[in-house]
Amino acid sequence: MKRHLISAGDLTRDDAVLILDTAEEMARVADRPVKKLPTLRGRTVVNLFFEDSTRTRISFEAAAKRLSADVINFSAKGSSVSKGESLKDTALTLEAMGADAVVIRHHDSGAPHRLATSGWIGGSVVNAGDGTHEHPTQALLDAFTMRRRLTGGEGHDLSGRRVTLVGDILHSRVARSNVRLLSTLGAHVTLVAPPTLVPVGVEAWPCEVSYALDPVLATSDAVMMLRVQRERMKAAYFPTEREYARRYGLDGERMARMPEHAVVMHPGPMNRGMEITAEVADSPRCTAVEQVTNGVSIRMAVLYLLLGGSEPAVTTVPAARTEESNPS
Amino acid sequence: MSQRKTLIRGARVLGGEPRDVLIDGRTVAEVGASLDAAGADVVEAAGSVLLPGLVDLHTHLREPGREDSETVLTGTRAAAQGGFTAVHAMANTFPVADTAGVVEQVWRLGRESGYCDVQPVGAVTVGLEGRQLAELGAMHESAAGVRVFSDDGKCVDDAVIMRRALEYVKAFDGVVAQHAQEPRLTEGAQMNEGTVSAELGLGGWPAVAEESIIARDVLLAAHVGSRVHICHVSTAGSVEIIRWAKSKGWNVTAEVTPHHLLLTDELVRSYDPVFKVNPPLRTREDVLALREALADGTVDCVATDHAPHPHEDKDCEWGAAAMGMVGLETALSVVQETMVDTGLLDWAGVADRMSVRPAAIGRLDGHGRPVSPGEPANLTLVDPAYRGPVNPAGFASRSRNTPYEGRELPGRVTHTFLRGQATVSDGKLA
Repeated sequence: MKRHLISAGDLTRDDAVLILDTAEEMARVADRPVKKLPTLRGRTVVNLFFEDSTRTRISFEAAAKRLSADVINFSAKGSSVSKGESLKDTALTLEAMGADAVVIRHHDSGAPHRLATSGWIGGSVVNAGDGTHEHPTQALLDAFTMRRRLTGGEGHDLSGRRVTLVGDILHSRVARSNVRLLSTLGAHVTLVAPPTLVPVGVEAWPCEVSYALDPVLATSDAVMMLRVQRERMKAAYFPTEREYARRYGLDGERMARMPEHAVVMHPGPMNRGMEITAEVADSPRCTAVEQVTNGVSIRMAVLYLLLGGSEPAVTTVPAARTEESNPS
Repeated sequence: MSQRKTLIRGARVLGGEPRDVLIDGRTVAEVGASLDAAGADVVEAAGSVLLPGLVDLHTHLREPGREDSETVLTGTRAAAQGGFTAVHAMANTFPVADTAGVVEQVWRLGRESGYCDVQPVGAVTVGLEGRQLAELGAMHESAAGVRVFSDDGKCVDDAVIMRRALEYVKAFDGVVAQHAQEPRLTEGAQMNEGTVSAELGLGGWPAVAEESIIARDVLLAAHVGSRVHICHVSTAGSVEIIRWAKSKGWNVTAEVTPHHLLLTDELVRSYDPVFKVNPPLRTREDVLALREALADGTVDCVATDHAPHPHEDKDCEWGAAAMGMVGLETALSVVQETMVDTGLLDWAGVADRMSVRPAAIGRLDGHGRPVSPGEPANLTLVDPAYRGPVNPAGFASRSRNTPYEGRELPGRVTHTFLRGQATVSDGKLA
């Protein structure tokens, strides 16, 4: 594992499988009466959120706390950032406070990359979603969910599984991270979207593209519905909400054409009635809630592997040990 | 006569056979073999190439308004250091150079600097807003004598305004220099639209946004019988349209920047805003097409689009960063690297593309002239054998936003003469 997690493309197959396997161990902790591990005691994890995202922030917060790390939440609103402080000065401040890891969500693509490579901070950087670039922990939790549902679980990758991503590919960091990670794990990926929502240059991606949903349903092991913002309609990406829902929305009838074992996924938040109907969203085949649960395990695994070094993450009796000095 | 004399000894004039060139006062007095050095300062120039002083059609000097990034003085010092004897100062200052008053101020500051002639460019429209024509005639008739008009930084996207501007400047042999960028196609644009932007998740700036405006404007220029100049051409498709327009005999000229001759959008993978520029860095195919077009004359000249920005505007995340690169002090080196050392252009060709043609487009008197007796002594001496890393700390420009930091480039300007006065001597500002 590298020191940072910026892009799903940074991960080799073995890295990715290690994270997924570690997350399985973390998930077992959640079933214990005491859900807390001492692994990151004395370490500081900063959640640096320049964009509102309560779901992702609390997931990282829960993950860090279950590993006994100290957590500082820094949100752009009502902070020095809203007074015009630059990313650099914010970073220098966090560095001065001794952040061991910075989990960053930013509206600009590449901001976590800048943070990790500019020399502003010495700790690990975890990308929690940057602009329309990447959201690697989302892709990891999606892969984790698929692995549990579609394969034998621990130790496996996703070789031969067929995953279909449907929706606003152009603006989706979830799609970019998923395409990279899923292909690393051996899955076949198909993107489905109206041509307006597929980026120019997609030819170079390790996936196929279909402009129609119906032809790929019968061969999909997982169908991941991406949130489509209603504002896209105003920019002429599609004519109306209803036309979008008709052509690309997943309803009960379409779900019935998927193989019996196939799952429906959604990273949330869902636009019910737009890309997914309530019937599908609430069906047992939809893993949306499971994905949220798995998100905590995945983020625990990522923080542990980036910060915890080589010690076993889970021990039955917490071993007495000296605190490591902060890496910098 | 007690005028200062300088003898440049053994320089390869326009890259030809070694010659001595005697400067007497403001003019070239003699060109020949073994000239008499009596009473003259001697510059030993064996191995060096002597060119007419370089002319830049596209420089942002930032004064008035953004003196934190550049002033007319620091910008002209940077120009001299890069071998330039004349620069065209773009109009997007604060206030905008859209009145006779502002262009005269810039022109006067240039005269006072003494390092390089400053020819102000006037805005096409009031405030660069694209709605109402600025007083083009008044700017032309001012002391600044403006002939090049541009809303650079913004495109004159309204077809009717563009048509009127093209027609109107015919009255005084003016030219409209278009920043070709269809605004609706480039909303939120951050980099070239293609495989790299798709991967990086940065907003795409499609080639068609440039090409569609160029296509429209060459047709408009032909229709009204005026001349149009295309700023910073960046795509292979633009080259094709300009080649076609020229084949029709239309009065179309174009420039390319040094960075578009060398760098590609692959560099954006670093998310380092030093590579953020408008128009954006394109692909390898575009770079090669631009080099070929400059070699065959389809693209008339090299223009720097020198765009200084303060450190804080580049020391940040990509989306928050300003667009632009400084270029005056590295332009000739990049042209040597991409055009001369590749065999695409000889030094006479460099003189043509970096001095003769830009001076002709701007209708500048006294620049872009042959190195012959009686001509103004605007000259640049370059040592083409030099090769070394670019060191921004040594720049005369007030800004350091160069994409070439640490990159090895060939060629070094050792002397620049502005009407016989050395503005650069032994590589240092005089």
